[in-house]
Amino acid sequence: MSILVDKNTRLVVQGITGKSGSFHAQMCMEYGTNLVAGVTPGKGGQKFLDKVPIHDTLYEAVEREGANVSMIFVPPAFAADSILEAIDMEIPLVVCITEGIPVHDMEQVKSRLRYAKTRLIGPNCPGIITPGQCKIGIMPGYIHKPGKVGIVSRSGTLTYEAVWQLTSLGHGQSTVIGIGGDPVNGTSHLEAVQMFNEDPQTDAIIMIGEIGGDAEEEAARYIKENVKKPVAAFIAGVTAPPGRRMGHAGAIVSGGSGSAAGKIEALKDAGIAVAPTPADMAKTLLTVWNP
Amino acid sequence: MNIHEYQAKELFAKYGIAIPKGLAAHSKKEVDHVLGQIPDGKMVVKSQIHAGGRGKGVFKDGFEGGVKLVANKKEALDVANHMLGNTLVTKQTGPDGRKVNTLYFTEVNTIKKEYYIAILLDRKISQPVIIASTEGGMDIETVAAQSPEKIIRIEVDPLFGLRDYEARAAAFSLGMKDGLVKQMVKLLRGMYDLYWQKDAALVEINPLVVTQDEQLVALDAKITFDDNALYRHPDILALRDFNEEDPKEVAASQFSLNYIALDGNIACLVNGAGLAMATMDIIQHYGGHPANFLDVGGGASEEQVTEAFKIILTDPDVKGILVNIFGGIMKCDVIARGIVAAAQKLNLDMPLVVRLEGTNVKEGKQILRDSGLSLIPADSLADAAQKVVAAVAAE
Repeated sequence: MSILVDKNTRLVVQGITGKSGSFHAQMCMEYGTNLVAGVTPGKGGQKFLDKVPIHDTLYEAVEREGANVSMIFVPPAFAADSILEAIDMEIPLVVCITEGIPVHDMEQVKSRLRYAKTRLIGPNCPGIITPGQCKIGIMPGYIHKPGKVGIVSRSGTLTYEAVWQLTSLGHGQSTVIGIGGDPVNGTSHLEAVQMFNEDPQTDAIIMIGEIGGDAEEEAARYIKENVKKPVAAFIAGVTAPPGRRMGHAGAIVSGGSGSAAGKIEALKDAGIAVAPTPADMAKTLLTVWNP
Repeated sequence: MNIHEYQAKELFAKYGIAIPKGLAAHSKKEVDHVLGQIPDGKMVVKSQIHAGGRGKGVFKDGFEGGVKLVANKKEALDVANHMLGNTLVTKQTGPDGRKVNTLYFTEVNTIKKEYYIAILLDRKISQPVIIASTEGGMDIETVAAQSPEKIIRIEVDPLFGLRDYEARAAAFSLGMKDGLVKQMVKLLRGMYDLYWQKDAALVEINPLVVTQDEQLVALDAKITFDDNALYRHPDILALRDFNEEDPKEVAASQFSLNYIALDGNIACLVNGAGLAMATMDIIQHYGGHPANFLDVGGGASEEQVTEAFKIILTDPDVKGILVNIFGGIMKCDVIARGIVAAAQKLNLDMPLVVRLEGTNVKEGKQILRDSGLSLIPADSLADAAQKVVAAVAAE
């Protein structure tokens, strides 16, 4: 087992005919993900790579092909609409890769999610992968290896760094989730940690955070009370100047809150092993975990 | 994106929020013109820069105060001559300060009471929240730290927008009565409509004042906008003031690069925002000082890499460069070709440490070896950081 996605996942890609949508849909298929449909309004009836049916609406993709996870590559101006369409279809899991969605659009999506049956991952994220079974996103598949470590992160390449460190030391991953760098997102650090905690195939957890907001502190409080599995963490942005957005829309220290120092203190207080540098994420986990 | 106070107040006026009468001037000639239009008497002269703490700021030539109350036009002209073109240093500008290119002349209001009021996103609940306080004129973070009971929070569901009962609750919680409550409801309605319709990230009035004749007036105005939504607001985008931005950051944004200048001497070029921040952190961990944050994004081209190097090298403090790439979608051989092209074109004459990992890493490293460039290869992130810190220290 693993969390959220596995070999039974039936993927539909919203925005499958765009440049990044088609490229990454193909990469996911090559990894072994079961891509059952694509959606591009106006291109219904065509086939993606001569085999995957493309539909005009998500409704058809779900009704006819039984899609149960959606990956969204729709441009930022239209992405919130696509997420709402997926929520309306009650798709259990939606992974939104799109970067640059207006914050107000996401505030409305988030309000809608409160009474929805859908879980959203992202936006502005690399996606989710259960190594050896299912890759939904833009991460390079080959750096991963099936195993026992669950990883949750707000950053893309920093996650690859952690995965690669683990894989190089011979340790695989159960599932790796990128929750995205936006201030309003679907799945939080806390929710990902909860799922890893309950997943029998996950033995240890790496949580990668960064400046801005207090999602890492919230997860730390939960870990302190509820998680017996070994947890290591890294927080990026010790050197980030206050008041500046560091690439990610959500990565900003404002009014004295959201600083790296504050987060590191909260993590340490919860008994979490905090990596002193991004080069030590796997090594730090191994100081508290005996695989 | 930030805008100036006078621009924010023009937006306020459009949304029915009362502001003191005022006029802006961008040159000495315009100052004369503005002063010719207004009646003689007391007024306030306000420096327009994108930073707080203007009132207590000091100009580089020693002139004190970026916001001045003056008795008449003659004094106003004298103060204006000191401010315009001068550089104002406040607690928010850093030691370099900001050049004052615009002045705002406003009428003086007699103040009975001051409030603080703002609408912004509460990240914890992913909803807009109204923050209000009776401690107007004070820094809200200070109020939050010293007397949190004086801060009122009203959470707004963005699917329904601000409801009248919520606006009334804010007014009553601030102790307002009668006519003031009505004015407050109208003001909050205007603020929320502005916040929502123009995709603002923050709308703040500090202080909001009650005048002697019981009118609610926004004495100051601060609005920041969501950069992601600017595409649907050309009117807002037109208010962007490039004088307020680092020219290197402006150049970077034109090539879809994310650059932020810092005050160290080791430049970095990284793919991905999180890894870029982490690279700055590890440079500092090994005793160095990062000169910048630079995220070239997920799929940088050879041209973008060359532009990235150009921007890095316009910073005269830079003594060494660290390139850290974890190729996923971005292929290491593409980046390597970009590095070689840039280094040759720009006659790079400082230590360049390159760490490549990920997709096509072998081909990438081979391209760097074959280039004949005297760069320093690194095997891991830690190795790279240590090497660049050592190389810069040895310079």
